[in-house]
Amino acid sequence: MNASSMNAGSMKAGDAVSWIRHAAELVAADADRLTRLDAAIGDGDHGLNLDRGFRAATEALSGEASPGDVPPGKVLIAAGRAIVSKTGGASGPLYGTALRRAGKALGDTADVDAAALGAALRAALEGVQDLGKAAEGDKTMIDALAPAVAAYEAALADGADLPGCVSVAAGAAAEGADATVPMQARKGRASYLGARSIGHMDPGASSTALILRALSDVVAADAASGEG
Amino acid sequence: MVGIVVISHSRTLAEGVAEVARAMGVGKAVVEPAGGDSEGGLGTSVDLVEGAVAAADGGDGVLLLADLGSSVLTAKMLIEDTDGGDVLLADAPLVEGAVAAASMAAAGADLAAVHAAAESAYDHRKTR
Repeated sequence: MNASSMNAGSMKAGDAVSWIRHAAELVAADADRLTRLDAAIGDGDHGLNLDRGFRAATEALSGEASPGDVPPGKVLIAAGRAIVSKTGGASGPLYGTALRRAGKALGDTADVDAAALGAALRAALEGVQDLGKAAEGDKTMIDALAPAVAAYEAALADGADLPGCVSVAAGAAAEGADATVPMQARKGRASYLGARSIGHMDPGASSTALILRALSDVVAADAASGEG
Repeated sequence: MVGIVVISHSRTLAEGVAEVARAMGVGKAVVEPAGGDSEGGLGTSVDLVEGAVAAADGGDGVLLLADLGSSVLTAKMLIEDTDGGDVLLADAPLVEGAVAAASMAAAGADLAAVHAAAESAYDHRKTR
């Protein structure tokens, strides 16, 4: 297993695989909560759909004979493709596009440094915005992803290493998800509810926070094992 | 002839809209439904949409009509992936847009004209 191959400064293919696997675990563990959030203001299938999508992504990656030899970008593109094809709801194209754009931004680089990962996260954000046309404040996954990318870039500019940047980004995503509670939805099914969408956390922002926490967990575990 | 694909969360809705649009296209228009998820339940399947686009493509381009949410996002994503310019998504109401597009396509118009016809469906008001 190559998960421990990452030092504090870079991300390798095994780490990208570990990220998707851990994201799948967190989504599966929280699927009921995500579905309940979605039942309040959406169509009540977010946890179910995303669980199916990330399960498919994990299966697609397990097909790789030796994931350690595949560049992280290719891992993310393969995961994104599986998520697009199996998720079923709006989160399929959105998360699929996010992962594929991030993967394209990484290209064939075998060792992804903090700056490259930041650029990939920025590409993911832009991909989601291109597709869904949502802005910050619309009560969507953008409200978690945009502050996460901004926090990552700020940490990077302050000289933080890769685990430091990811940790800050995951924290900002969680805060961003919490901040969707008082918002009125302007995109998606929840927007039909008008003011009645106020008072509920956006399920997409919540799952975005989970997925970035998965990245942070994997990166932190790796950094710790690298030091120890 | 320009082909038309109707993307809906529901298999039966997509088939019904395609049925109406084909009739309005005097039986000549090529209208392919892509409804529901891969198991026939409610949802969107990118594989079904890709299959419908391939079936509708007679070489003169394909116009997509989508109901809402994941149908729209899937259509947009698919267009981004093909980036050839011969598949377009209409910003139009599903039924009216499909009928307008099928009428125009059956008349032998090109993709730009079929796309414009579908989008003009918003102007056909019902109570004023």
